Amino acid sequence: MKLPVKTTINGQAYSHEVEPRLLLVHYIRETVGLTGTHVGCDTSQCGACTILMDGQAVKSCTLFAVQADGATMTTIEGLAKNGELHPIQQGFWEKHGLQCGFCTPGMILAAHQMLERYPNPSEEQIRHQLEGNLCRCTGYHNIVKAIQWAAENMAGKK
Amino acid sequence: MAATVERVLGKSIKRREDPRFITGKGTYVDDVKLPGTTYAVFVRSPHAHAKIKAIDTAAARKHPGVVAVFTGADMTGVNSLPCGWLLPELKVPPHMPLASDAARYVGDPVAVVIAETQDAAQDAADLVAVTWDAQPAVSATDQATAGGSPRIHEVAPSNIAFKWQIGDAAAVDAAFQGATVVKKRIVNQRLVANPMEPRACLARFDEATGDLTLWVTSQNPHVHRLLMAAFVLGIPEHKVRVIAPDVGGGFGSKIFLYNEETICSWATRKVKRPVKWTSTRREAFQTDAHGRDHVTEAEMGFNRDGKIVGLRVKTIANLGAYLSTFAPAVPTYLYATLLNGVYEMPAIHADVTGVFTNTVPVDAYRGAGRPEAAYLLERMIEAGASALKMDVAELRRKNLIPKFENGYQTKVALNYDSGNYEAALDKLLSVMDYKKARADQAAARQQGRLVGIGLSTYIEACSIAPSKVVGSLGAQAGLYESGTIRVHPTGGVTVYTGSHSHGQGHETTFSQLVADELGIPMEQIEIIHGDTGAIPFGMGTYGSRSASVGGTALLMSLRKVKEKGKKIAAHLLEASPDDMEYANGQFQVKGAPGKAVPFGQVALTAYVPHNYPEGLEPGLEETSFYDPSNFCFPFGAHACVVEVDRDTGHVKVLRYIAVDDVGNVMNPMIVDGMVHGGIAQGVGQALWEGAVYDGGQLVTGSMMDYAMPKADMLPMYETDRTVTPTPVNPLGVKGAGETGTIAATPTVVNAVIDALAPLGIDHIETMPLSPERVWNAIKNAKRS
Repeated sequence: MKLPVKTTINGQAYSHEVEPRLLLVHYIRETVGLTGTHVGCDTSQCGACTILMDGQAVKSCTLFAVQADGATMTTIEGLAKNGELHPIQQGFWEKHGLQCGFCTPGMILAAHQMLERYPNPSEEQIRHQLEGNLCRCTGYHNIVKAIQWAAENMAGKK
Repeated sequence: MAATVERVLGKSIKRREDPRFITGKGTYVDDVKLPGTTYAVFVRSPHAHAKIKAIDTAAARKHPGVVAVFTGADMTGVNSLPCGWLLPELKVPPHMPLASDAARYVGDPVAVVIAETQDAAQDAADLVAVTWDAQPAVSATDQATAGGSPRIHEVAPSNIAFKWQIGDAAAVDAAFQGATVVKKRIVNQRLVANPMEPRACLARFDEATGDLTLWVTSQNPHVHRLLMAAFVLGIPEHKVRVIAPDVGGGFGSKIFLYNEETICSWATRKVKRPVKWTSTRREAFQTDAHGRDHVTEAEMGFNRDGKIVGLRVKTIANLGAYLSTFAPAVPTYLYATLLNGVYEMPAIHADVTGVFTNTVPVDAYRGAGRPEAAYLLERMIEAGASALKMDVAELRRKNLIPKFENGYQTKVALNYDSGNYEAALDKLLSVMDYKKARADQAAARQQGRLVGIGLSTYIEACSIAPSKVVGSLGAQAGLYESGTIRVHPTGGVTVYTGSHSHGQGHETTFSQLVADELGIPMEQIEIIHGDTGAIPFGMGTYGSRSASVGGTALLMSLRKVKEKGKKIAAHLLEASPDDMEYANGQFQVKGAPGKAVPFGQVALTAYVPHNYPEGLEPGLEETSFYDPSNFCFPFGAHACVVEVDRDTGHVKVLRYIAVDDVGNVMNPMIVDGMVHGGIAQGVGQALWEGAVYDGGQLVTGSMMDYAMPKADMLPMYETDRTVTPTPVNPLGVKGAGETGTIAATPTVVNAVIDALAPLGIDHIETMPLSPERVWNAIKNAKRS
C-alpha cells in the first residue's frame, strides 16, 4: 500500500506515492534526489540528516515521509540564494569549519535554527545547541568559530 | 617581465573543495545513482562463535523483488581476503568473504540478498534461515590464550597469531639492577573509528566490455583494486576501475579491503546489474575494523638522578577474529619501534603477542600503534616522577634526546630524521605558563577542588614508508607514491595524485604546491585523486603520508616539467638550456628576465611543435614515483588542565594546549584543523570512548551506547608550533594527520591522575576514564 505525499522542498512542489515505512531522509535522497542530506547513523544521534521543516531544524531520519505531507522544507541545496552563499555557509568556509564535509549540511542547518533562537550566542550556547550533531574531523573548534563568524555577519546585515 | 605571482605555499588559503560541501553538492559513494541498480543486504552472525549447520535461502529467494541470494558455497573460485603484512611464523587463517564453516564474530557475514529495492533486500534477508551451532566464545584480550578458551582457527593453537619481540632483553635485565623500577599494567582499550560517512560500495559490471567499476569508500583505491582484483576475485587489474569519490572521513577504517565490496564486485558479474551496499551505523560498529586493544605490563627503570635506564614491555594485542589487511604491522612495527619516544633510552625490550578473539578484526586507527607507544611511555614517566618525587616536566626534560639535525639511531630500529624536543617542551611550558598553572592548581587544591595538570611528549613515524625497509619487515607492498603533472596546451595544469583526500584538503594544499613551483594562479590547477582509471598508481592516504610522500612525487614531476620546458624555451630564444632558469611563471635566460618565454607559450609549443628542439618529444606531462629514504618523525608536547567532580567522577577539560612540530607547514589552517580533530579523538579515548564486549556481544553497538565526543564536551584548543624541517624530503614536511590523537590521550589521562593524586590515586588501569570509573577510583581510595 502506498500513500500520497505532497511536499515543498527548496521552493519546489513535489507529489509522490510512497510506502508508509519510507523515512523522510530516504524520501529526500532517493525519491526527490537531493543527496546533500546525509545519513550518518540509525539512532538519531549524528544529525547529518538535519533539515529545516516548517522552519524547525529536524532530523529527517526520525520522521516518516508521510509525516511530512504538506510540509515546507529546506535542505542544504536550498540555502544559498541566487548563487550567494548563506552567511552560515560562508562562515564554515571562512573558518575551516569542515574537513570531510559529511556532517556539514546537518551542522549548517542546525546552526540556522540556533541563530534564529540566539542571534548572538555564547560559545557555551553554541556547543550546547550542537549537542545533536556529531563531527569526527574538526574537534568542533572551527565549527564554533564558523557559527560565531556567521552570527557576527548576520547581525551586520540587519 | 611577467608579474610576480604571490606565493601561496605555507599560507592559510581557504579550501577549494569547500564550496561543493557547504552547498550539498559533494558526491559520496551513496550519492552515486546508476540505472538498474540492485541493493545488497547481508545476513550476519548474531553469535560470537558458531558453526554453520545449514543456510536455507528458499523463502528469501521467493520474496517479491529479490534478484539473487548467495552464500559462501556459491562463491567458488574466490580466494581468502589477504593479509598484507606477514610477520615470521604468522598464523594466517582463511578469511572468506562469506563464512561457510563457522562465524567467528557478531557481524560475520554468511549470506547476501540482492533485490530491486533496499526494503525488499532487507525483508528477504530476514527470511534467510541459518541453523547455527553456537560455540563458546572469547572476546577479552587477556583471556584469549587461557587454557579453557575455545580455539577460533585450526591454524592457530591457543589463539596465538604471532609472538614477536624487539630490543635487548639482557641489557634491560642488567640496567634494572639497582635501579628504581616502576611497574604498571596498562590497558589501551578497543575503539571504533566512526568516520561520519558509513562505508559504502557500488559495483557495476559492463557485459559489453567486461569491465568492472567499483565506487567504494576507500582511502586507497589502487590498494583496493590490487588486493581485490588480483588476490581475491582473480580479475585482471586492467579490467577493474576503482573510484573513491568524496569520502567522508576514514581515520584508518577505510584503508582495508572488506568482505562487502568484494562480494558486491563478485555479485554484479553474476546478476549483471549494478549492486549497491551502504552500511548502516550498526553494521559499521560490527564490521569496520576496530582500533587499539592492548593489555600491557610495563616496567621502566630510573637511576638516582632520574635518568631512564631501561624499559621492559609485554603486550598482548587483540587482533579480532581474522587478520585485517595490515593488522600484524600495527602492534609491532608501528608500536614497539616507537617505544624509544623522545627520550634517551639505554635499553629497551618489547615482547608482543598477537591473539585471535571472537571480535571484530582490529587494524590501524588514527595513529595506529604510535598512540599505544606514547600512552605507555607517558604513563610510565609519570609513574617514575611519582616514585622519584620529581616534577613531571623536569623529569621529561632531563631525559630528552638533545637537538639533532640529521639522524638519531634508537634502540628499537628506527633512525629519527631531525629533532629538537626540548624546544617543543619549552614552548609548551611557556605558552601554558606552567609555573602559574601549578600555582593555580595549588590554590584550587586549597579549596578542595580536584584540579590536575597533564603533560605529554610524543614522537611518531610517518611519511610511510621506505619500500625496502617495510618489505624487509613483512609488508607485501611498496609504500611509495605517484604524482603526474599534465600541462595542457593553453597552460592549465591537471594534477594526478595517488594520494587520497577524505577530509585532508589535497585539492587546496597540492594546488598551493603546484602554483608556487610553476608561478601560476591556483585557478589554473585541478587536482584529481581517487580514481584508478585516471591515476597511474597510488598507495593512498594513511600514516600522515600525503604531503611528504605524495607531495614530493608531485614536486619531482614539477621539476621534470620545468627541465623539459627549459629546453623548449631555450630553443625559442636561441639560447642554451643550461643558461635557462624558471622564475615568476616564465622561462628566462639567467640574469636576463627580459629574455623570457611565459609558461603558457612553452606549453602551447610543446603541443604545437612547429618550431621545436630536434629530438625532443612533444607534449608536456611528467610522472614520478617517490619512495622515501626514511620515515619522517613529527614530535611535540601537549598539556591540559582538567577538573574532576569528586561527587560524580565527571572530568571537565578546562584547557588544552598543543605544541607540534610537523616540519614545514604547507597550509597552517589545515594543519591546525587536523590537530584539533586529532585532539578530540585522543580526548575521546581518554575519557569516553570504548568498545565493550559482553559474552561476545558488542554492547556498544550504536551511537547510543558508544560515547562519541560532542561539541559541549570539549574546549577550544590552543595550538602552537616549532618548525624542524625534515632532511628526508625536499619539502621539509613531516606529516600532521595523527599528532593530536597520539598526544591527547596520555595528556588527558595524566591530568586526571594528577587531579586525583591528593586522594592517593596514582594509576587507573583502563581507559576511558568515564565518570563511573573515576568515581569508583575515588570511592576505593577513600576506603583504603
